[in-house]
Amino acid sequence: MTAVRVMGAETEYGIHAPSAPGSNATWLSSQVVHAYALVTGERAAGGAEARWDYTDEDPLADARGWSMPRELAYPSQLTDRPDELTAAQIALEGGEPDPDRDPANLDPEGDRTGPLMMNMVLGNGARLYVDHAHPEYSSPEVTNPRDAVVWDAAGDQVVLAAVRQIARTPGLPDISLYKNNTDNKSVSYGSHENYLMPRQVPFSDIVSGLTPFFVTRALICGAGRVGLGQDGAESGFQLSQRADFFEAEVGLETTIRRPIINTRDEPHATAEKYRRLHVIIGDANLSQVSNFLKFGTTSLVLDMIEHGTVPQLQIQHPVQSLRQVSHDTALEGLLRLTDGRQMSALDIQWMFLDAAIGHVSRTGAGAVNGGDGYTHEVLRRWEEVLTQLAAGPAAAARSVEWAAKLSLLQQYRDRDSLAWNDPRLALIDLQWSDVRPEKGLYYRLLSRGRLDRLVSDEEIAHAVSQPPEDTRAYFRGRCIQRYGAHVIGASWDSVIFELPGERRLQRVPTREPLRGTRALTGALFDRHADAADFLSELLDAPR
Amino acid sequence: MMAGQEQKNTAGRTEEEEAHGDSTPPAPATAQSTAATEGLDDLLDEIDGVLESNAEEFVRGFVQKGGQ
Repeated sequence: MTAVRVMGAETEYGIHAPSAPGSNATWLSSQVVHAYALVTGERAAGGAEARWDYTDEDPLADARGWSMPRELAYPSQLTDRPDELTAAQIALEGGEPDPDRDPANLDPEGDRTGPLMMNMVLGNGARLYVDHAHPEYSSPEVTNPRDAVVWDAAGDQVVLAAVRQIARTPGLPDISLYKNNTDNKSVSYGSHENYLMPRQVPFSDIVSGLTPFFVTRALICGAGRVGLGQDGAESGFQLSQRADFFEAEVGLETTIRRPIINTRDEPHATAEKYRRLHVIIGDANLSQVSNFLKFGTTSLVLDMIEHGTVPQLQIQHPVQSLRQVSHDTALEGLLRLTDGRQMSALDIQWMFLDAAIGHVSRTGAGAVNGGDGYTHEVLRRWEEVLTQLAAGPAAAARSVEWAAKLSLLQQYRDRDSLAWNDPRLALIDLQWSDVRPEKGLYYRLLSRGRLDRLVSDEEIAHAVSQPPEDTRAYFRGRCIQRYGAHVIGASWDSVIFELPGERRLQRVPTREPLRGTRALTGALFDRHADAADFLSELLDAPR
Repeated sequence: MMAGQEQKNTAGRTEEEEAHGDSTPPAPATAQSTAATEGLDDLLDEIDGVLESNAEEFVRGFVQKGGQ
């Protein structure tokens, strides 16, 4: 009866090199990963990139109980194979591929002629890699919505460091990265959430319980968007970056025919016990309150689904309603339910909040004192923003991201009498999410104290280099930090060592997300500076 | 925990608090609104200064390849 569970965030950043139009997006994205490797020195010291271990990836497994035949899948669904730049592509972009050169030998101050890096496992337990045509940061696993905010925001600082490195590298075009989800020209890229759930919860319960919640969730965590329709051609403002790109209720795809409920079934953990619910409907959030609520409320709704206390209501046309909610900045429209009732999106959110309050009151998990430390804050903030939204978006301009963006746009419209199709408003929308604090309008508002914050810059800076201590991400991150030179691969559920003088690789499985914590392994790391000694004690094998 | 209906009844009070601004100390109405307007002008001026030049061209140039 709690908002506490294992969760994580994935963010694909929009990427742009204004001075080098037409640059290959995959090449630009690989420059971001490569630059971060140079910044940290962590992987440079490691000799080569830590490769991603694809052994346990299964992107075509469907949570409804079947698997899509490989030959029917779109190439973009085959995420269990690394993206690789061909020599021809690299040559086309002006880089000289030289497979004989080891990145370990690169001068960290700027030699860039080695193989382009496409994937890194970071010392904070995260993954930074090239996902098709975008750099993506996948946060380490955390146990609560507050930590989800902290380690997701850490990703923004990771890619910022890469942007800075690229800016001081002669010969490379400046790169801007945007934490948004569309180019307003028919293309969308995702920010996904992952929630660990017990395997025995029937998937049909997840679909019926989550759908009405997701259709209305943009109210509290939409990032706001200038432009309507996938190509943004119709002028106006809407709550969500993503809503117009969803075309199905349930499905396996993430790049085409996007579904409200995604059925990808890759648990990245002991498959008999767990499922990883892969949520693709969310906007990337900079607002800490919206991001906190995105993870916290969703986790609570999943808890209600698991315990059979989730509100029972069925929206008649979920896909159409999702769009309607996103386009309705006055929050006045009514959604038709299958039982004939009509409810506003705000009413539906209140219904979920009320149910959640009743749900957690039975165990005390949501108490201020003696609770789990997070659930109370989720409920309090949720109630606060719904109350604000009931008074109109302006009242939520300090907390809810779309309302904050709308408020800024309105001030501009009022001052300069701008119509919604004025390019300056589109630019404000885009530049809202620039990761550079001097350019990003979100950061300008934050530094002026116009937005509520939940976590400090110091906490975020700490999370850039350090893993959460209460999940297996601790084990992964510390392995990279301490024995990076001998870690040749890693994934969510493994770390692979190559020890000098040993021909066999050592693969350490990490299939239990709540093991490998500091409490369980911290002393072991502290005891051993040497990877072989560490592994020897870990695996309890006499040397 | 309060029941839902009671929460909804708090809407009016919160609205009132919003109207007074939630972090600024109470001040004479005129002085406060002048300060707020100035703060707003400052903000828009600052943002004018950081916005990319040639909005139309910049926005048109932001073209992404597909994503998830």
